[in-house]
Amino acid sequence: MGFSKDQLLNRLQELEIDYTKYEHPPVLTVEAQAKYVSSSEGALSKNLFFKDKKHRYYIVSAMVDTKVDMKVLSQRLGLGKGGIRMAPEEALTQLLQVSLECVTPFAVVNESARDVSLLLDQNFKNQKRCIFHPLSNEVSVSLNTSGLDKFLKSIERDPVYVDLEANPAVGKDQPPDLAVYVPSNSVVIPEISNETSTKQTPPPKSVSAEVKPVASAKPSKPATKGKSVVVEKSTPLAFKNPEKFVEEIMDKTSALLLSEAKVENVEALAETLRKRLTSELTHLAIMYKNTAYTEGFHAGKHSQPKRL
Amino acid sequence: MEVDKKDENESESSEQVVNPWEVSAKDGGKIDYDKLIDKFGCQRLDESLIDRVQRLTSRQPHVFLRRGVFFAHRDFNEILDAYEKGDKFYLYTGRGPSSEALHLGHLIPFMFTKYLQEAFKVPLVIQLTDDEKCMWKNLSVEESQRLARENAKDIIACGFDVTKTFIFSDFDYVGGAFYKNMVKVSKCVTLNKAMGIFGFSGEDHIGKLSFPPVQAVPSFPSSFPHLFPGKDNLRCLIPCAIDQDPYFRMTRDVAPRLGYSKPALIESSFFPALQGENGKMSASDPNSAIYVTDTAKDIKNKINKYAFSGGQDSVEKHRELGANLEVDIPVKYLSFFLEDDSELEHIKKEYGEGRMLTGEVKKKLTEVLTEMVERHRRSRAAVTDEMVDAFMAVRPLPSMFE
Repeated sequence: MGFSKDQLLNRLQELEIDYTKYEHPPVLTVEAQAKYVSSSEGALSKNLFFKDKKHRYYIVSAMVDTKVDMKVLSQRLGLGKGGIRMAPEEALTQLLQVSLECVTPFAVVNESARDVSLLLDQNFKNQKRCIFHPLSNEVSVSLNTSGLDKFLKSIERDPVYVDLEANPAVGKDQPPDLAVYVPSNSVVIPEISNETSTKQTPPPKSVSAEVKPVASAKPSKPATKGKSVVVEKSTPLAFKNPEKFVEEIMDKTSALLLSEAKVENVEALAETLRKRLTSELTHLAIMYKNTAYTEGFHAGKHSQPKRL
Repeated sequence: MEVDKKDENESESSEQVVNPWEVSAKDGGKIDYDKLIDKFGCQRLDESLIDRVQRLTSRQPHVFLRRGVFFAHRDFNEILDAYEKGDKFYLYTGRGPSSEALHLGHLIPFMFTKYLQEAFKVPLVIQLTDDEKCMWKNLSVEESQRLARENAKDIIACGFDVTKTFIFSDFDYVGGAFYKNMVKVSKCVTLNKAMGIFGFSGEDHIGKLSFPPVQAVPSFPSSFPHLFPGKDNLRCLIPCAIDQDPYFRMTRDVAPRLGYSKPALIESSFFPALQGENGKMSASDPNSAIYVTDTAKDIKNKINKYAFSGGQDSVEKHRELGANLEVDIPVKYLSFFLEDDSELEHIKKEYGEGRMLTGEVKKKLTEVLTEMVERHRRSRAAVTDEMVDAFMAVRPLPSMFE
């Protein structure tokens, strides 16, 4: 189970971090919180929980009046313009183990949140103290950023402070400045994600309805025809699954065969097929080989030594 | 490309400038490749060599050879001599990961190298010079390493065989036998020589001065003890763009002094920007090139709007005079990427004599490039982080010559 508020506060005490605790009725918003904890005690924070299209998660903790532009943030992370959105509630409860109204930097203390990236507002550093929920919305604590840093370092996290209002240009020559804070691992939340974890395992007897469009939706066109190309969205299973691999080859070959059917001489037809398809099919085969090797490599890395 | 003080002097003498950090033609014209070959002292790749390649590999030479994209070499004939006798070689190429977005020009050396690997059945090492970009482009170490890995995915998507390919990043791999060779090379190149070859000055930081050996030593098999143990005489062939020649002139100069074979080179010309030979292909201008992340729509749009046309202003004039094939970009691009020789000849003839219009040529180019980019994107999607790890693992390659 997740860390409880008391466990967290005990940890802060063990680390000799100076904080002040305020108990109050459960609050759902910053405005409500402000009624019980006055700004003289410290700067209130707004805490946002985002996810990107590749199932990677981010906590952004900012001063209440810092403007957080999701489009800009998304670009600075190297995710394009619409790359991040608010994370769904299930993610919150599963990864951060807190309820909707108390997203907080402290949530990264949970093992389940180890792949969540935490970005803190640079402006916090100018404040004497800042206010966060200690994993419960019935309590607020105010502490100095050095206390927060000490806590983060104790759980082997590097505190990351970012100028959230900055809007640097992101282009081909100016790499996104926050891209380095994108988590290296994506997280699967059951019921939400429809197919992909980082290690993709195709079901051996795959649901053809789902997979067929991948293999055959793209009409293999010989170079002379001007058909439009269908863009593939999912990772081609043709590179992993022998049946799909063969299906892809048959699709390409028969498409070419049908389009060249007007050629009367069978030998010439065979020659054309060979000429047109060899390079493409070889490429397909190489990707298949590389995929198989990679799976073997993974197995080798993770195999356990023989028990004696 | 880094612009350093050197180009101020060069533009005064209005000579063309070709070095690893700057490429510019004289007076904004075209690069004179004959002059370049003369100045650098390399050789033209002639028909007889191409025929020889066809004989030795029993397959049609790559389109880049047939169309003169790879047009210069050093000692390629010696490589072929040895190959004929049964002595193999290995390939070495690389990329400086300065940006995430790769365009078609970036892929050219990799497409050619893949062909060489398949045709000659030889192993390949690919160097990602993340340290160089960290120094020259002032990227953070982490960012340059990240870009190296991202670029590795696009490189792998070109279709290299994992059982014959070792990809490494400098930050990961430099050390051990590799570093020992770096020191040996460094001892043979004086500061003055380095400044002469690369244009360094007293204002440049010492990181830059000490970089050239890093790019030199992959030419020596002893830098890869896990790949070529005991094969110190294995020769190396380096496919690269001709602006990299200075690094390898230095390497070839040093090699005999270390008792190593000189690496051979096979060099390509520059890929023109969409706006024409005189235009600069710039990473900050997305319309100067076709990127591997462009959609079919983007490609169509870019070609129609930005590809410099050699066609005449009006249809009548065009039918009368024909197109100027020298400056026409769509035809140039087709000469790089349209496999079918007879089809290209047909287009050049019809377009050059005014019977075919620019629109048709652009349409053909759009088709060819869209198919290429699509295929690349599909392969790229199949490249996982684990696959990158596999390519970059320091492991033996037992079937590298099969």
